Amino acid sequence: MNTPADPMAEIRASFFVECEELLEALQDGLQTISDGPEDAESIHVVFRAVHSIKGGAGAFGLEALVHFAHRFENILDDVRNGRMGVDAAALKVFFQATDHLADLVAACRDETPPPQARTEELLIDLDALLGADSPEKTPAPAQISFEPTPVSLPFDLSDDLPPLPPLDAPAVQEPSATSRGFDILFTPNADLFETGSEPALLFECLAELGNLTVDCDTSKLPVLQQLSPETPMISWSLSLETTAELAEVASIFEFVEGLCTLAIMQRTAPDPEADVTPSPEQPLVAQTDLAVEDISAIAPAQKAVSTPAPKSVVRVDLDRIERLVNLVGELVINQAMLSQSLETSGLSPHSDAMNGLEEFQRLTRDIQDSVMMIRAQPVKSLFQRMARIVREASFAVGKDVRLVTEGDSTEVDKTVIERLADPLTHMIRNAVDHGLEDVATREKMGKDPQGQVRLTAAHRSGRVIIEVSDDGAGIDRAHVLKTAQAKGLIAADAMLSDPEIDNLLFLPGFSTVTEVSDLSGRGVGMDVVRTEIQSLGGRVTIHSDPGVGTRFSISLPLTLAVLDGMIVEVAGQTLVLPLNLVIETLTLAKKDVQSVRPGHPVIEVRGTFVPVIDLGLQLGYRAAATDFEGTAALLIRDEDGTRAALIIDDILDQRQVVIKGLNDGFYRAPGVAAATILGDGQIALILEPSDIMNQAFKTAGTPPPSALAPPPAEGLHP
Amino acid sequence: MSLHILAVDDSRTMRDMIRHALTPEGFTVTTADDGMHGIEVLNGIAPDAIITDINMPRMDGFGFIDAVREQEKHRATPILVLTTEAAPELKARARKAGATGWVVKPFDPVKLIKALHMVAG
Amino acid sequence: MTDTPEVFELLTFRLADQDYAVDIMSVREIRGWTTTTPLPHAPSHMKGVINLRGTVLPVMDLADRLGLPPRGQNDRNVIVVVTHADTMTGLLVDAVSDIITLAESDMQAPPEMATGPGTAVVRNLSLIEDRMIRILDLPAVIARPEVSAA
Repeated sequence: MNTPADPMAEIRASFFVECEELLEALQDGLQTISDGPEDAESIHVVFRAVHSIKGGAGAFGLEALVHFAHRFENILDDVRNGRMGVDAAALKVFFQATDHLADLVAACRDETPPPQARTEELLIDLDALLGADSPEKTPAPAQISFEPTPVSLPFDLSDDLPPLPPLDAPAVQEPSATSRGFDILFTPNADLFETGSEPALLFECLAELGNLTVDCDTSKLPVLQQLSPETPMISWSLSLETTAELAEVASIFEFVEGLCTLAIMQRTAPDPEADVTPSPEQPLVAQTDLAVEDISAIAPAQKAVSTPAPKSVVRVDLDRIERLVNLVGELVINQAMLSQSLETSGLSPHSDAMNGLEEFQRLTRDIQDSVMMIRAQPVKSLFQRMARIVREASFAVGKDVRLVTEGDSTEVDKTVIERLADPLTHMIRNAVDHGLEDVATREKMGKDPQGQVRLTAAHRSGRVIIEVSDDGAGIDRAHVLKTAQAKGLIAADAMLSDPEIDNLLFLPGFSTVTEVSDLSGRGVGMDVVRTEIQSLGGRVTIHSDPGVGTRFSISLPLTLAVLDGMIVEVAGQTLVLPLNLVIETLTLAKKDVQSVRPGHPVIEVRGTFVPVIDLGLQLGYRAAATDFEGTAALLIRDEDGTRAALIIDDILDQRQVVIKGLNDGFYRAPGVAAATILGDGQIALILEPSDIMNQAFKTAGTPPPSALAPPPAEGLHP
Repeated sequence: MSLHILAVDDSRTMRDMIRHALTPEGFTVTTADDGMHGIEVLNGIAPDAIITDINMPRMDGFGFIDAVREQEKHRATPILVLTTEAAPELKARARKAGATGWVVKPFDPVKLIKALHMVAG
Repeated sequence: MTDTPEVFELLTFRLADQDYAVDIMSVREIRGWTTTTPLPHAPSHMKGVINLRGTVLPVMDLADRLGLPPRGQNDRNVIVVVTHADTMTGLLVDAVSDIITLAESDMQAPPEMATGPGTAVVRNLSLIEDRMIRILDLPAVIARPEVSAA
């Protein structure tokens, strides 16, 4: 990505990655505080997250971010130190501040103007919290000025250190390069050595400034028997000729201030106007022991907390993983080719070569699984983003909504997570905006006035299931039906089952809201959601109970790159069907196949009639079969529960295939999801049975289990 | 002279910055993610100086300095504290815990190097 | 369309006894004919897809695309792999002839005349040794008709 020559750009990029993690920890911490009794560690976590963001932001001179983080941190510091309690109102502001912090991080990262007005608003809210809790005792830290010092690296450091800005010593205006003399009296206290300070090193630093002579006064040294090596008995008097200024000389002793008796005297300067120089006898900097407050009570308080050790991690550029994934894909294909050629070579299945091949297959699969794991990430970050959507959406429509998440440690391919953000956002907004009733209605219905949106993730039979549900009123089917008829989406006399009506929501151009609401309007409908999810190789289904709520269920492949497939042959073409949709394989007898009317065959499977789809005909490979005697069929069922029997010629194999995307340039027909490369190097198309069924029912006009033709998925990207 | 530095900070950005500031100047930098990790790392190395953050999970900077100073061989190892505020009481606290010096974050690489030379040679 | 450089190289090939050319800069490779996997419901000029070292390459029957009469496959048929807008497409041609260098002055725009599937995609004409070379407008060849019309 970045050229290695620019370490700062890399660190900067890595800072923003770290910010994401810190924001996640921050959200988590606040959530923990909001869920349970206040626990000290969560508050510390929250504080540290903001603190670290500020620290890094300061290093890069991101002032807008520093400014806000600093003020946020101060309040969290008060919470941490027990100066302020946390109530629901405070938490609400903290959550908002966290959202805003995320915005500021994004603005800084993308170099867009920071939302200044919002910063001011929130700072007022934050200040109000302080005011409410500790009326006049606004604590000191708020006053501490924190000035970011942008660092530029790589820096060019010559042997001579540039003069330091003045530290604690009074600034000396004289920029003169003239040499001056200092007399320094330095007597370490015992505790100087306890902090690991070493006088000799200080003298070395002094010597770098100019000509140094050191005299050691050992007169206080006891006789050897009484000598305690670390009880200092020595004083030094040093004489320094240097062009450096007093401040710089003094800065060398900065760390030992208070740990020694120190006097730095500038000899009467050769230039007469040096009126800032006091008389030689008067020490300019004379320190005695500082009052040091006892911190023993504070430090151990944080020591007892035990959190699990962080796992050791390596950060890897996504491109490299991408390359690895592709290479493994090639490996899988090559392995399949090798298997095929060995199998056809007539080798004994017990030969060494065949045994070795078996081992090779196992290893290939293990490598593939491991590589896919690299891209897997918990959905937690995605869910946290949704928590924010719920907060904002519920605020916008004036509803009280609680988001409950489950399974946020479920791991999903990183690309899937990224591409789910938009569809999920839309679904969450829909749930808050349309799904949930307003408070008054809920109360009238005897429901909890606070609405609930649930967001769950789980692995189920090799796929990831993500569900968005609400405990709202459910879909108003009469209204949906009327709207669809009014818009001419369905025939005026169409008789639709409840699930079919629910599915009308996915029709392009369908929108039940008469006036476009602030939230879920924006011209995006559920059809877009469905298309986006289909393009991820996923499916979305809907389930609604009047008065109880609505649930959207998204089923996704674990990774985008591989699919457990059933390899079949139709009219000389090899095709792949997702194995998870195949319920059983059938061999048809002529008598099994009935006809509803000509061209609309059905078969009876254990008491129910299932439409028959002739794949060869459906895909345009050949004319309609007239005789189904002895032909093979696959009984499939998609997530909607729609079933069909697909007529095929033969089942060739069952195995994982590597998904290769097909873009628009391929004239991809509905029903064709992607392609894969087979062991013989030939390409086989991967079918999307739901689309095949919809397409077949549409063209054949068969009384469909679903009257809907979803739009063809726009490209499937592995 | 190549000094070996142990830098303890829970912020990856800070660790990266320290490493990038010091490595080109000939320092050898080992990093640790928090106090606890710092103590573990310290078992295997003998740094010439230690730089540590204060606010860290599991074991904070004060706890870390305590633990380092308890080890006989590190009683005199110079320790610099990274602190975001130049407040005198923070310095005093760090000192009381046994720190040799401090560097204010965000640090100026030149100052950091100078401070390291002041405490570690 | 990009500015035409002073001199440029073209790959020429034959289709139904006619000579065609494409800008050599857009040619990625030339490979022998292999069986394609047909795409259901695709227009007839889309022969299907082939495996090009692990990627799925759509192959277009250029003769069909240009409205030339259909003819049988033979061993000299090759697939010219071209890139346009980051997408690779294979063009099935009868045989590759030569690489030629032309100056801009050697080329002329096709005369305005009868339109057909073949004319809209010919950008320039040139005459070499009494043979007319039809220089193809690659983006127009590759574009999906429905898409470009929309």
